[in-house]
Amino acid sequence: MKLSTDIGKMHLKNPVMTASGTFGYGEEFSDFIDLGRLGGIVVKGTTGQHREGNPYPRMAETPSGMLNAVGLQNMGVEAFCKEVYPRVAQYDTNVVVNVSGSSIEEYCDVARQIDALERIPAIELNISCPNVKKGGMGFGTDPAMAAQVVRAVRDVYGKTLIVKLTPNVTSIVDIAKAVEDAGADSVSLINTLLGMAVDVEHRKPMLSTVTGGLSGPCVKPVAVRCVWQVAKAVKIPVVGLGGISNANDALEFLMAGARAVEVGTANFIDPAVTMKIVDGLEEYCDRHNIDDINKIIGII
Amino acid sequence: MKKYITDFTVVGRRVYGDAYFAMELEHPGELPEIEAGQFVEVEVKGSREVMLRRPISVHDVDREHNRLTLLVQVVGNGTRRLSQIGEGERVSLVYPLGKGFLHGIGFVPQRPLLVGGGAGVAPLLYLSRCLTAQGASPTLLLGGRTAGLIASRERFEAVEGAHVHYSTEDGSLGEKGLVTQHSVFGKDYDAILCCGPTPMMRAVAREAVRRGVPCEVSLENRMACGVGACLCCVTETREGHKCVCKEGPVFTPQTLGWDNE
Repeated sequence: MKLSTDIGKMHLKNPVMTASGTFGYGEEFSDFIDLGRLGGIVVKGTTGQHREGNPYPRMAETPSGMLNAVGLQNMGVEAFCKEVYPRVAQYDTNVVVNVSGSSIEEYCDVARQIDALERIPAIELNISCPNVKKGGMGFGTDPAMAAQVVRAVRDVYGKTLIVKLTPNVTSIVDIAKAVEDAGADSVSLINTLLGMAVDVEHRKPMLSTVTGGLSGPCVKPVAVRCVWQVAKAVKIPVVGLGGISNANDALEFLMAGARAVEVGTANFIDPAVTMKIVDGLEEYCDRHNIDDINKIIGII
Repeated sequence: MKKYITDFTVVGRRVYGDAYFAMELEHPGELPEIEAGQFVEVEVKGSREVMLRRPISVHDVDREHNRLTLLVQVVGNGTRRLSQIGEGERVSLVYPLGKGFLHGIGFVPQRPLLVGGGAGVAPLLYLSRCLTAQGASPTLLLGGRTAGLIASRERFEAVEGAHVHYSTEDGSLGEKGLVTQHSVFGKDYDAILCCGPTPMMRAVAREAVRRGVPCEVSLENRMACGVGACLCCVTETREGHKCVCKEGPVFTPQTLGWDNE
């Protein structure tokens, strides 16, 4: 039985990756799981310069989900290359860097520096963060803007280029097609849904930024629908994410057309959940006599 | 320190008034090392509103029986659901998390003052046990609005070598007033370690800094992952945002920039 799959030029031993911003740099979870059993790890969103992110409070729990407004707090690409890369380069799994920026120049600058790192086979271009004032989702909500940034990064980045899409648009298919035409090797979806929660006792928003990104099981049906629509419309592989908490959820995404999946918020509830998902996929394939997981991808 | 995810069994429960309860949990094997001031993330099952684990500080550790006790204040849906868990039920913990007391001051104080308020008294019991085991004689000053809101008094009073004092705003237990107005607060200590509501900790830290006494405070921010991955629980420090779950929950007033107020 074969769980391995490919995203662009990147080969994954199984389709289970972790989602950016929910898994740190991997080492935070190494006491709980064998990182080498993951298909890949997408590390924290990285920008040109160090960023402090948004003020506290940045998180609010909602029914079957949570809102966050971290705002891309990160050490910046130079510190990543110098301090973090030597450690993550040791992992026996694909380490993908999520790349963010406020301008096309910044995206390109980060992508160029990551391109030089031998053990990083891919970047995930984040044109969908709802929690920053400049750039972020601004690039991902307009097909022409999305294509422009992807084309610019494509020119400077030679390895596998995954573009992470936002669901906060009228037609995610239009964005995905524009990104494909601009040279992306893959699209990952969905980033968080823009949301809001109010503390009625104090008559104040729950987040310092008022609005934030919704994630967790509550967004899963929206994510499955987006994956299905996009997978039907593009030829490049789709990476599915949004509320995956168990193997069954992962299988929904695969059948809807995702070549791989990313697990996010569920890592907070069970830090070993990704191993259970890998085991569950194996068990499902055994039970249904599936010798290659690719045979069920996109069967819906 | 290595972190674990383990199912514990609830072996004891005690309710303190309407607001607090203690839950004694038994580990299936030998309990790993836990520092005073560290916390656990408790899974909350069977609630439609609650998805995330709840961070709860370790109140007591019983190595002989491989048990630990959590003292919990009922503040919302998650802690209310936890208060309904009965003896014999199993509870999943991710632990031990965070950096405990004494790292920031860098020595084991012999005459420390431990100041707690409300749910903040929780980590001070295990802290006082760890300190007395190293020959210290801690003074405990536990405060609350009223006597019924100072939980777990019988356990504190049973710690050999610790001196327990109370202050209540209504005078129903110990001296009347705030902890900073208590007669033992002004005495001479080699460290002041504090956990409680932020205004209380700020007042205590301000006074410790004024007197030049090494001090640590333990913060309680809203958390998601508990392991420093999601960056949700950050606090402002002199060196920028730091995760309360990983780089704390215990900080010095100097790190937090509370020393020049």
